[in-house]
Amino acid sequence: MKQLLIISGKGGTGKTVLTAAFAALAKNKVMVDCDVDASDLYLLLHPIIKETHDFMGEKKSFINQEKCIKCGKCFFLCRFDAVKSIKKHNGNLEKIIIDDISCEGCGVCVWNCPVNAIDFKKAVSGQWYISDTKYGPFVHAKLGIGEENSGELVTMVKNQAKNLAKSNKCDLIIIDGPPGIGCPVIASLSEVDRSLIVTEPTLSGLHDAERIINVANHFGAEVKLVINKYDLNINMSTKIEEFCKKNNIPLIGKIKFDAGIIEAIVNGKTIIEYNKTEVKEEIIKIWEKFGE
Amino acid sequence: MDSEKKICITSQGDNLDSEVAPRFGRCQYFIIVDTDTLQFEAIENSSINMRGGAGIQSAQLIASKDVKIVLTGNVGPNAFTSLQSDGIEIITGISGTVRETIKQYKKGLLKTTKNSTVDAKSGINKK
Amino acid sequence: MIISVASGKGGTGKTTVAVNLALSIGNIQFLDCDVEEPNAHIFLNPKIEKIESFEILHPIIDESKCNLCGKCGKICEFHAIAVMPKKVIIFEELCHGCGGCALICPQKAITEKSKELGIIRIGRCINDIEFLDGVLNLGQAHASPLIRQVKKTAAQIKNKNQQITIIDAPPGTSCPVINTVKETDFCILVTEPTPFGLNDLILAVETVKKLNIPFCVVINRFDIGDNKVEKYCKDENIPILMKIPFSKEIALSYSEGIPIVEKYPEYKKIFYDLFENIIKRVNVNIQ
Repeated sequence: MKQLLIISGKGGTGKTVLTAAFAALAKNKVMVDCDVDASDLYLLLHPIIKETHDFMGEKKSFINQEKCIKCGKCFFLCRFDAVKSIKKHNGNLEKIIIDDISCEGCGVCVWNCPVNAIDFKKAVSGQWYISDTKYGPFVHAKLGIGEENSGELVTMVKNQAKNLAKSNKCDLIIIDGPPGIGCPVIASLSEVDRSLIVTEPTLSGLHDAERIINVANHFGAEVKLVINKYDLNINMSTKIEEFCKKNNIPLIGKIKFDAGIIEAIVNGKTIIEYNKTEVKEEIIKIWEKFGE
Repeated sequence: MDSEKKICITSQGDNLDSEVAPRFGRCQYFIIVDTDTLQFEAIENSSINMRGGAGIQSAQLIASKDVKIVLTGNVGPNAFTSLQSDGIEIITGISGTVRETIKQYKKGLLKTTKNSTVDAKSGINKK
Repeated sequence: MIISVASGKGGTGKTTVAVNLALSIGNIQFLDCDVEEPNAHIFLNPKIEKIESFEILHPIIDESKCNLCGKCGKICEFHAIAVMPKKVIIFEELCHGCGGCALICPQKAITEKSKELGIIRIGRCINDIEFLDGVLNLGQAHASPLIRQVKKTAAQIKNKNQQITIIDAPPGTSCPVINTVKETDFCILVTEPTPFGLNDLILAVETVKKLNIPFCVVINRFDIGDNKVEKYCKDENIPILMKIPFSKEIALSYSEGIPIVEKYPEYKKIFYDLFENIIKRVNVNIQ
């Protein structure tokens, strides 16, 4: 079984549009959206959700106000500034609370509380889905607003896709990756055989591509690259080509800027099915070089 | 069991005819077997769905079972370091069934691995 | 006053709006909190005057004191400690630096040493802008602590004359975004008029509403796509305070790292109007 990942570092370079096109081109595969924070692939694949599952996040601390004696021990122990004191109007301490956004879930406050006033529990922090699409099975997820994107949900989604691929005898998994270089990206890269970096001919695009390539190399995935909207700045595209040559990264395609791509998205269609673009042939070629 | 003859094989199932699991930290079962009597114990791996540290947890479990040799597909650096610190020998690149693996091992056909065979967090055998 | 610039979706023009707004106002603090992929420096070209290392603490075990009791391994929520029969092993890349192990060790066998997670760059650029950004080291997984440190550092060095701080946020709606946007006075959500833009805008709106921060929408490339974003904003009573057209010239200047207002000075007034409009709204909300 092969796992292919499409990533970009920088957001908005056209990763999802390309992944959706691959969904229409590839045979016998499972599709996965690992951008669990702002997932968009479903807008082009139109899934019919078959299964919905709750995702339990990391453990977090909660102070039981009835038991708390306001000793402040947790405040001094917390390395993540997650323990906050709430003051009354007269300046006296009213209560101590834990800011669940800053809480890393280390549990140090929990086992150091002299009166056991701190609960440590998991909460539902998102959902993941197994769906049918006309392109085959699709695994996707939605992380709750403001939840920690630790990569755990990404790993969960990928494991489900793997099981699905096994039971459906699919030999390919195609993954739409998240932006950035942090936890979710690292989780997406694990076990991947080959990744495609989608970049654009801008200084930001090149800067971010360099960073993501380093991370991908670190995890041992084979890396290929495409330039999207290459004709918006031919000079910059040439620079990216030179960068690829110098670093031995196969540049497997250049897609020109085409407003038809936006029309295709607006119509909820993949580039392969939307016949009013001039980039379809190039994308088919890219798939042949990436998917084989 | 005589600990000198106790080996651990990562497995996809709970018996000797199961396939060897390709990943140490995330295998389904650890089969701990006496190579002479073929008496074995299958331990379900509770670390399989952990986000991180599966290899480390597994290594602690295996060490507590007094195993001297681990046979598996691949092992990550964290698990490798942990196992090695306890003097446990590691043999990677194993595939086929658990039973065949034991046979080959007894014939002395399998060699100890000197380094971890995959990167951290890689989880699975890469071709 | 602190204005954050965010967007659910990446690549909608967040950095463009933040940078051009900053240049149009002048004499402000500018923070790039997209520490995974910081790009604002490409446009603002700051002269970096200081680089601060952002470190977290990792444990080291004194083997002569350790009696392998296993307490450290048990309390570590991140599974960063393996207690083997002959030795305790620490895995730094899994460690969050909470200090729990050093605290619990009955033998006092654990001390801590620091390790760099990323850097904070501080500098100055044109129009009297004080620039700060965070750069997460490659292979590091945790952006939020660095983001919090960038904001903390900025608050410490801020002088009285700088009344405004503008923050460029990371994309998405998860923890790093919340850490960036929380405790700011106003948030600009940048989107594009496509189903992707709308989908992610709705998520971003939920996020800022949850944080109780007044906000507006800026639509980038408003003339290519559909009108569903505008319809959504109208239905939800969300002000659209600016619309930027698609033009190959703007795209080209962006690609070269040139801010719009530098190449097309007429935009300065448009961005300054956006700023004045925001000030008015924040005041309304304060009353």
